Amino acid sequence: MNAWLRRIGGYFFASIVLLAGWQLLSMAVGSQALPGPVPALSDFFRLFFSDLLPHAGISAWRVVASMVIGAAIAAPLGLAIGRSPKVDAIAAPMIFLTYPVPKVVFLPVLLVLLGIGNLPKIALITLIVFFQILVTARDAARGIPASAVLSVRSLGATRWQVFRHVVVPASLPDIFTALRISTGTAIAVLFFSETVAGSEGLGYYIIDAWSRIAYSEMFAGIIAMALLGVVLYEFLELAEGRVCRWTRAER
Amino acid sequence: MSAVAIRDLAVTYTGVGRAVHAIAGLDLEVGDGEPIAVIGPSGCGKSTLLLALAGLVRADSGELIVAGEPVVGPRRRTALILQDFGLLPWKTVSHNAALGLEVRGVPVSERRRIVAEALERLGLGEFAEAYPGELSGGMRQRLALARALALDADLLLMDEPLSALDALTREDLQNLLLEIWRQRRHTSVLVTHSIEEAVFLGRRVVVLSPRPGRVAAIVENPGMGEDGYRETPEFLERCVELRRILAAEGAFAQPSLARSAS
Ligand SMILES: Nc1ncnc2c1ncn2[C@@H]1O[C@H](COP(=O)(O)OP(=O)(O)OP(=O)(O)O)[C@@H](O)[C@H]1O
Ligand SMILES: [Mg+2]
Repeated sequence: MNAWLRRIGGYFFASIVLLAGWQLLSMAVGSQALPGPVPALSDFFRLFFSDLLPHAGISAWRVVASMVIGAAIAAPLGLAIGRSPKVDAIAAPMIFLTYPVPKVVFLPVLLVLLGIGNLPKIALITLIVFFQILVTARDAARGIPASAVLSVRSLGATRWQVFRHVVVPASLPDIFTALRISTGTAIAVLFFSETVAGSEGLGYYIIDAWSRIAYSEMFAGIIAMALLGVVLYEFLELAEGRVCRWTRAER
Repeated sequence: MSAVAIRDLAVTYTGVGRAVHAIAGLDLEVGDGEPIAVIGPSGCGKSTLLLALAGLVRADSGELIVAGEPVVGPRRRTALILQDFGLLPWKTVSHNAALGLEVRGVPVSERRRIVAEALERLGLGEFAEAYPGELSGGMRQRLALARALALDADLLLMDEPLSALDALTREDLQNLLLEIWRQRRHTSVLVTHSIEEAVFLGRRVVVLSPRPGRVAAIVENPGMGEDGYRETPEFLERCVELRRILAAEGAFAQPSLARSAS
């Protein structure tokens, strides 16, 4: 409980500092395009239920669906690749070739193939999350100490039991870290894809406000998008603490 | 009947570049309930020998028989304890101790009873719900032992199980290992780098040659297991004898230093 209070207090304090900085910056710039936090926040609360929440809901569903699908495919696949030298010999060059390619460049293709609804956005973010988790899971699986695997095998464990008792739990902390890091990329790509096509989601809302020169509304949208990121990140942190309890036992 | 019979064993690793002959022409018999210690220069194939006995490394040629059956894979009552104990940091103490039973499909209630008993016996009862990361080195080692006891192992293979511990804890656990052996009379193969430990815990001490490992000498040590053996002149004599054999085998040679000195 105490830890929770401290955490919320930390967020509160950080918000105050950021808002003060924002205020100073907007006064220094003195442009309509950078309103201060007061009009932005008042629009945020005014439009919260009518506009922001529906758009945020759609954005959240897109990004969460993408991350779940991406991780659900990439984590087992990456672990399997990392544990099997034979598969790795074939898969690793493919990963090395495709991983550095910026996946956003495929957005136009996806738009042509999948229309302008949820599908191309989810596909694009899934693709990005997929590669980040794939690479992390592969590396994590390769880094598992041989002694842990040997001692479990000496107990008579099958391949599947080694996976379940050793490979998966040993890699989970790394996979969670990769997931948390990829929330940043995922939301950036979400914004980009929503501004390019469609008429739903926070990205669309922000760019729409921008085209209407409604700058304080635009910033209300930006605040909503930032909050979406924070909520996702915190959720993952919470889930990690639950699933990887043992990490707290180690210094 | 001998619990372990090894005849003309050869193990080769096909490494990244070239093949490494870890063991070649190794012959050894271990009696039922006999505790032996294995000692030899670094890299001579001691760990490989244990892995082969545990059924985790395939022999290229030769015979490997445990309890009358050729070794083809992990065996139900063989327990292996590695240098870093092979504990899983993500499982609690009791879950770690129960792992062997779980893997073998022993029902939960029975598992609980056996594990509670094993943990109690090794003084870990009150740490059942802790994680290995919360234990001291000596306690982790005892947990690894508890896992082996929970399996009711009749062959205990240990690869430098105490080398990561400080001197006091090590002596404490050497006494514990001896105590457990005196109660259970299991067959035990202990790989160690410590001459005193080998003489304290091995009824016979097997000296391996430099790689590829084979048996270079066997030191008979009939006094092992007697009360207060550590303080007897006989103990010291065995240690001196063993040290001399090891020196003759080149176990103490330090090629890099010798080269730079000349
Ligand atoms: N997985 C492996 N792949 C390739 N070579 C290996 C492998 N494991 C061991 N070796 C080689 O086999 C030889 C014997 O190794 P082993 O680990 O059995 O020696 P050891 O006697 O236990 O050494 P130490 O006393 O240092 O623990 C060494 O030369 C080592 O380089
Ligand atoms: Mg070794």
